[in-house]
Amino acid sequence: MAILPFLFISIHPAANLNSLKVTSRFFGFFILVFISISTISFAEASDFESTLKELGNKSRSKIKIAVQKLGELGNPSALPALDALKAKRLATTEDGSLVILNESEDQGTDALSGKKLDIESLKLRKPRINNSVRRHLSTAIAKLKLNSKDSAVRVEAAKSLLKRSSSEILPLVEAILKKERIDKVREILSLVLAKQYLASEDRNKRLESLDTIKKHGGIDFYRSLEALLEKNEQGEFLEDDSIIRTGAEKALASIKQRQFFVNQIANLFYGLSLGSILLLAALGLAITFGLMGVINMAHGEMLMIGAYTTFVIQNIFEKYLPSLFDWYLIAAIPSAFLISALVGIILERSVIRYLYGRPLETLLATWGISLILIQSVRLTFGAQNVEVANPYYLSGGIEIFHGVVLPYSRIAIIIFVIFVVIAIWALLQKTSLGLQVRAVTQNREMAACMGIPTHKVDMWTFGLGSGVAGLGGLALSQIGNVGPELGRMYIVDSFMVVVLGGVGKIAGTVAGALGIGVINKFLEPVSGAVLGKIIVLILIIALIQKRPQGLFALKGRSMDS
Amino acid sequence: MIKHIIALHSFRGWLFSFGLLAFAIILLPILNIFVPEESILHVPDYMFPLLGKYLCYAMVALAVDLIWGYTGILSLGHGVFFSMGGYAMGMYLMRSIGKEGVYKSDLPDFMVFLDWKELPWYWYGFDHFAFALLVILVLPGLFGFIFGYFAFRSRIKGVYFAIITQAMTYALMLLFFRNNTGFGGNNGLTDFKRILGFSLHNPATKMGLFVITALVLFFSYVLARYIVKSKLGRILTAIRDVESRVMFSGYNTLHYKLFIWTFSAFLCGIAGALYVPQVGIINPSEMQPTNSIEMAIWVAVGGRGTLSGALFGAGLVNVAKSWFTVAAPDYWLYFLGALFIFVTLFFPKGILGIFKRFSIVSKVKESTQ
Repeated sequence: MAILPFLFISIHPAANLNSLKVTSRFFGFFILVFISISTISFAEASDFESTLKELGNKSRSKIKIAVQKLGELGNPSALPALDALKAKRLATTEDGSLVILNESEDQGTDALSGKKLDIESLKLRKPRINNSVRRHLSTAIAKLKLNSKDSAVRVEAAKSLLKRSSSEILPLVEAILKKERIDKVREILSLVLAKQYLASEDRNKRLESLDTIKKHGGIDFYRSLEALLEKNEQGEFLEDDSIIRTGAEKALASIKQRQFFVNQIANLFYGLSLGSILLLAALGLAITFGLMGVINMAHGEMLMIGAYTTFVIQNIFEKYLPSLFDWYLIAAIPSAFLISALVGIILERSVIRYLYGRPLETLLATWGISLILIQSVRLTFGAQNVEVANPYYLSGGIEIFHGVVLPYSRIAIIIFVIFVVIAIWALLQKTSLGLQVRAVTQNREMAACMGIPTHKVDMWTFGLGSGVAGLGGLALSQIGNVGPELGRMYIVDSFMVVVLGGVGKIAGTVAGALGIGVINKFLEPVSGAVLGKIIVLILIIALIQKRPQGLFALKGRSMDS
Repeated sequence: MIKHIIALHSFRGWLFSFGLLAFAIILLPILNIFVPEESILHVPDYMFPLLGKYLCYAMVALAVDLIWGYTGILSLGHGVFFSMGGYAMGMYLMRSIGKEGVYKSDLPDFMVFLDWKELPWYWYGFDHFAFALLVILVLPGLFGFIFGYFAFRSRIKGVYFAIITQAMTYALMLLFFRNNTGFGGNNGLTDFKRILGFSLHNPATKMGLFVITALVLFFSYVLARYIVKSKLGRILTAIRDVESRVMFSGYNTLHYKLFIWTFSAFLCGIAGALYVPQVGIINPSEMQPTNSIEMAIWVAVGGRGTLSGALFGAGLVNVAKSWFTVAAPDYWLYFLGALFIFVTLFFPKGILGIFKRFSIVSKVKESTQ
């Protein structure tokens, strides 16, 4: 609106002629064009459309004015064009209409109608912008977004303002803060204000800002707060107001405390996530170890088979059922279980049952099997990792605090593991197979005397354990790489779970797995991942000194068990 | 004493052992030096490090057989002791490079690369061969002793012990993979120039190392034979068969197990130290669980509970490995896997067991005729 008087003056033909004479011809022509376009735009009702078109102007200052105006008009349909201009993907045709290009710049849509255009036939020119225009752009975009009806968009906009704010947007933020209802947006906007006012002259405003930062601020305020506490070479504080300094100190301390707390929560979460995967890997191991006294070194390969089954199911869906692609994971759950279980049963029938009573030989033979399985997978699928995509409902995550995201996939895995553990528990405690498994685990000879088909129990239990490991592989495919060596990475840890948790009781395995997972994640930031693993190993060896049979041992009288 | 030693073998057994030793340390060098290169009997230079490597593996197999074949304790972590000996030797060899490295610095190349200014304290002393030798002889055994003490004291055995030793080697492998641990990280220690002033590129040095390895292996074999033939050896076998009965007879099995475990680690360390100058590199992959478990299969293939079987098995499997990895690399793991399965399923006494069975069968036939 500030240009109106200027327009009014220059519309006078006499004045216009004069200015043409005194200034260069080019400048005059320039203004003439500007005037004609502006006059039309004010005369016509579609103020918005013409301002939008102005974004394609050759003059940077015109673009700047148009940008400001679009921000003031508050029509969110200008956002795509503004975003495109910022990303240098906006172009104009010769007749002045705007085209938004896609990222690879081989397709274009009309900025007003949204129709697809054949950009090959058009002669496009990109308006050039500089940093000053870019600043205005950011403000205008933020302004439009902050006025959006969608609260998620408002949160996003507020966050981007917090990242790069300038004093120019303060009035805007203050105005929006007055009408904003959602706490989350208010919080971030007040931080935006605090960040600006911290450097202002007004002492009260600075104190107020420090208070806001103390309440809601995150680690990105570290530097500006620490700057307040800096000393010069003579050891004097750069900031001479001691009240501000104590305020900054308090704010810093409270941010640190909050950050520490949040980190602990994140550690706990990631520890539980690791632990739940270990649990899936170790459950089968612990059950079969308790039942038959053998360690299946090929157990890790059951994880791998589960993961590759998921991969294959994904590919089948991609090829034959693309419309249902996002639900491949549901189909993969029974497939991963059954295929791993089948491999486990074949393994038990063909090798392990002949080695009964020779646990160390079983260990070596199953190692041989694991070598063959790994090499087979490597020759079939290649030595490289394969890609398993997250379905849309597992991508993304919840941000519990600034910078701490809990991915949905990990949350889903934890829930999934809870279900599996409950199912196994029910199977062992409530079914006749479970009763037989427990009987054989306690005393094989006696169970056989009572008519329990111990060999069949072995077979089914082995299948069950392998199937659960297959589910573990499915879970792993959602958060990590799938490669032939997948099982190897987790197997040593799951052995440790069995050693720590003891055998024959699910509670022991659960405690062992979650314990190792959580301890690992808590040690990682302190000592690094590798030292963390070593410390865990030492802890396990130390614990075994006290409780040789693991945390939760079955009570028995046998000497050699 | 000498009587005892002579009694370790029958006359034929001694003849065979010394025959093999003489073949290695006299005949092979002669065939290398005095037989012209065109001759089919000529032993080329490159054979010596290769054979030396096999001999080191054979020594490892000896160590594994003592603890597994005779005492029934399966270790999946012997790669650690092997690597400890190897790294100690490697550190000496690194220090003796002097300023001839790529960066012309007094520090080993990887330290210059990491921008370290000083030698870490645990590298002190490795300038001297005597110190390195002391570490080689003491450290693996000491580490084994401490680990074994805590493991055996809490009566960890069987598969429990096996997987704990596997976790140990896995953890140490990860530790040595870190650059900051100060042992060259991923690449390990390599590019050695000389040992005790002799250039490692000189064929004569290689031959000398081979001869030393053969001699050390021979003496370790005699020592191991001495142990298993002694009363101690018989108690070890008893522990393998029924440990609780040995305990009830009044023996403290902890001491016996700890002794043989420590001795086994000691042998393994020496083997590692001899291995490094001949192969020219030591890196953390020697501590992979895979490597340690392969050591067990050498013994299993040859025949557990027979020292000669262990030596034979190590040689056989490694020759097969050398052949496969060149001729059909994709199928080596299939072969190895199948070896694991077939030996445990069908030949629990290994190849030597098959020979023995035949010889027993023929003897029985002779006597009945």
